[in-house]
Amino acid sequence: MKTICMRHMKQKQAGIITAVKANGELGRRIRDMGLVPGTRVMVQGRAPLYDPVALRVGDFTLTLRNNEADLIEVDVA
Amino acid sequence: MQATIALAGNPNSGKTTLFNALTGARQHVGNYPGVTVEKKEGLCTAGNCTVHIVDLPGTYSLTAYSQEEMVAREYLAQERPDMVIDTLDASNLERHLYLVVQLLEMGLPLVLALNMVDVAKARGMEIDSDRLSQILGVPVIPTIARTGKGKQELLRTATDLASTMLIRKPLHISYGADLDQAILEMESLIKDGLFLDGFYNTRWVAIKYLENDEDIISRGQKANPVLSGKLQVIAARVSAHVGATLNMDPESLIADYRWGFIRSVMHQGIITRANDSDRLYLSDKIDKVLTNRFAGPLIMLGILFGLYQIVFTYSATPVGWMEGLFGWLSDTASAVIPPGMLQSLVVSGIIDGVGGVMGFVPLIMFMFLGIAIMEDTGYLARVAYMLDRVFKSFGLHGSSVMAYVVSGGIAGGCAVPGVMATRTLRSPKERLATLLTAPYMNCGAKLPVFALLIAAFFPAHEALMMFGITLLAWTGALIAAKILRMTVLRGESTPFVMELPPYRLPTFRGLATHTWERTWQYAKKAGTVILAISILLWVIMTFPGLPDQQAAQFEDMRQQAAASYPAIAAQELENAGDGAELSESAQSLAQAIAVIDSREAQAALRYSVAGKIGGSLEGVTKWAGFDWRTNIALVGGFAAKEVVVSALSTAYSLGETDPEEYQTLSQTLSRESSWSPAVALALIIFTMFYAPCFVTVICIVRESGSWKWGAFSVIFNTAVAFALAVIVYQTGSFLGY
Repeated sequence: MKTICMRHMKQKQAGIITAVKANGELGRRIRDMGLVPGTRVMVQGRAPLYDPVALRVGDFTLTLRNNEADLIEVDVA
Repeated sequence: MQATIALAGNPNSGKTTLFNALTGARQHVGNYPGVTVEKKEGLCTAGNCTVHIVDLPGTYSLTAYSQEEMVAREYLAQERPDMVIDTLDASNLERHLYLVVQLLEMGLPLVLALNMVDVAKARGMEIDSDRLSQILGVPVIPTIARTGKGKQELLRTATDLASTMLIRKPLHISYGADLDQAILEMESLIKDGLFLDGFYNTRWVAIKYLENDEDIISRGQKANPVLSGKLQVIAARVSAHVGATLNMDPESLIADYRWGFIRSVMHQGIITRANDSDRLYLSDKIDKVLTNRFAGPLIMLGILFGLYQIVFTYSATPVGWMEGLFGWLSDTASAVIPPGMLQSLVVSGIIDGVGGVMGFVPLIMFMFLGIAIMEDTGYLARVAYMLDRVFKSFGLHGSSVMAYVVSGGIAGGCAVPGVMATRTLRSPKERLATLLTAPYMNCGAKLPVFALLIAAFFPAHEALMMFGITLLAWTGALIAAKILRMTVLRGESTPFVMELPPYRLPTFRGLATHTWERTWQYAKKAGTVILAISILLWVIMTFPGLPDQQAAQFEDMRQQAAASYPAIAAQELENAGDGAELSESAQSLAQAIAVIDSREAQAALRYSVAGKIGGSLEGVTKWAGFDWRTNIALVGGFAAKEVVVSALSTAYSLGETDPEEYQTLSQTLSRESSWSPAVALALIIFTMFYAPCFVTVICIVRESGSWKWGAFSVIFNTAVAFALAVIVYQTGSFLGY
């Protein structure tokens, strides 16, 4: 089991969220979209300037800025 | 029988399509009181029941952090609709259940519209709606809103259920031992104290206190400060405990348990997947090209430029029709109403003023259509995604780009639809910063001013100047946005947690409604306001008229001119109809009289209220090199930037000038001693950055929901523009230009 910060995930790499350290409005938004511990995510791609990142979560695609992805830990084993 | 049904659902769930399918043309668009969130209502009939349908704003959740969510939650709690229909995207069911869970917890009467079942099927998903209905305890009706399939059954189920008045028990989810116990404790306090009774169910209020929901807590404090305090103490205790043992706050914990509940529902065989292939295959393929590192930005530039080309090319013809219509109205009015004050008011004041705004309607319609296409296909979200990094550094949001482009980011747009385009921005601070700076862009009405001044003073560098002006507008807007975000609109950037919806073919009906609603709102508001302002402008440029003595002098001059020509020429001129062939001497007399007429117009303008304003401002504006004539033009430009060139030509006694034909004026200016390249450059800068035109200000007021921001845009922009103009003029003069 290897836990890394979401920012460091590579293109097409998948993993399971282990922790979301954001609170306040950002935390709410992230959780409202289903990014909670136990959710499987995959990096779908990155914008031309490498930020934001596009994530596949379940049956939809979500964008997140890198500094927001910093707050999410993912188990990529 | 009558029933009210509220339509809830996530963004991109097809909720609006369903609303249109249910209500058809019988709908009414307004705003929720106090906020700019759109409120759409419509009527339809089911059997013998008249159903009033309210389309709530699309939300992912009912935590109250955005205006949309507040509005939706308030409506559901306070207005108590007879039934709530929640629209779900069947192809993305799990995420959509998060809102369902919260509606169930509120204890609202609920029917689920399992929408887009066709899309789900195409992606190899089979959804057991009966099973879902059984687990959740509410009816689930499969629908395809695009074709209207299932809408009758949905409506019948909703109205039947509403008429039974059966009260469903609110959903209870376990939030773990710590929270559950606290909830029970709080519930008994709430029940005994009849706290916030009648609006919300007790368990829900308790959960909101644990979630630290500012809205509910402030309501509670108003209603019963003592009890509210007790609840907060319990919430704080739990929060400290959970923080110490689990390193989490109760709010996150609650969210985690809700998702846990949803997963447990999904695990009961709701979805059968036919194959394990990637369900978003096509969308991903398209994204591979459209958001590619290299091709993506190029294609985006091409699409934005193309949109802009199409809008301005194809709207030229209907804009021409509108101009023709108002020209005809103007001619008819001139023919019917005898010359004098009334004719002048109707023709120059009302028809020209209102016509100037209405002439924009076709253009705005095309612009909105273009935006609606980008929005409904899902491309707009990609544009925001690609550009967010750039805009973020200036305190804006990826979606700000659309407003800039429409406002004239590629020279020649219009700030009115630009300001309206900020509606796609969901975050209030970034949205305000965008709509306050978008008017810096070079709209179509500013272009004649630039063209005039460039032709007069920088004829050798036309293309370079225009390009420089465009760059300057972008730089100015972005820097101003940054400054605003560091001062009056300070605050953290709103998270870019945004859905990239799968690409979809827009429906014709969706596009038509989108476009029509926005266009109509523009025409209605701008039309009424501009009428008043045109009349006002006409008044200040007309009154007080020249004193009799001066008017008599000009009359004398005309008489003298006539006397210096043979009597036959004067006679000929008097009897000649419009466009009649004149002899040489009569022509020359006509010219002489025209010169006197325009001198009189100049004198009258100088004498009018506007002239006096222009004169009195001269003391200040001379620092930027502007004299009273320029001042009048700029004051007029506040009504509409188109007025600048025509007011300048009146002030320079050239008579009526078509803004498009500025050659004579530009020659006059280049010869005037009070003008220099430094003045021209200062005026270009000032025109670019000063107060937006009145219609734009009205739109800013509407979109920001307060007169404060409208006034701010006028004062702030004019101050910035003036400071820049002074710097440019003083530096230029110092360097000898």
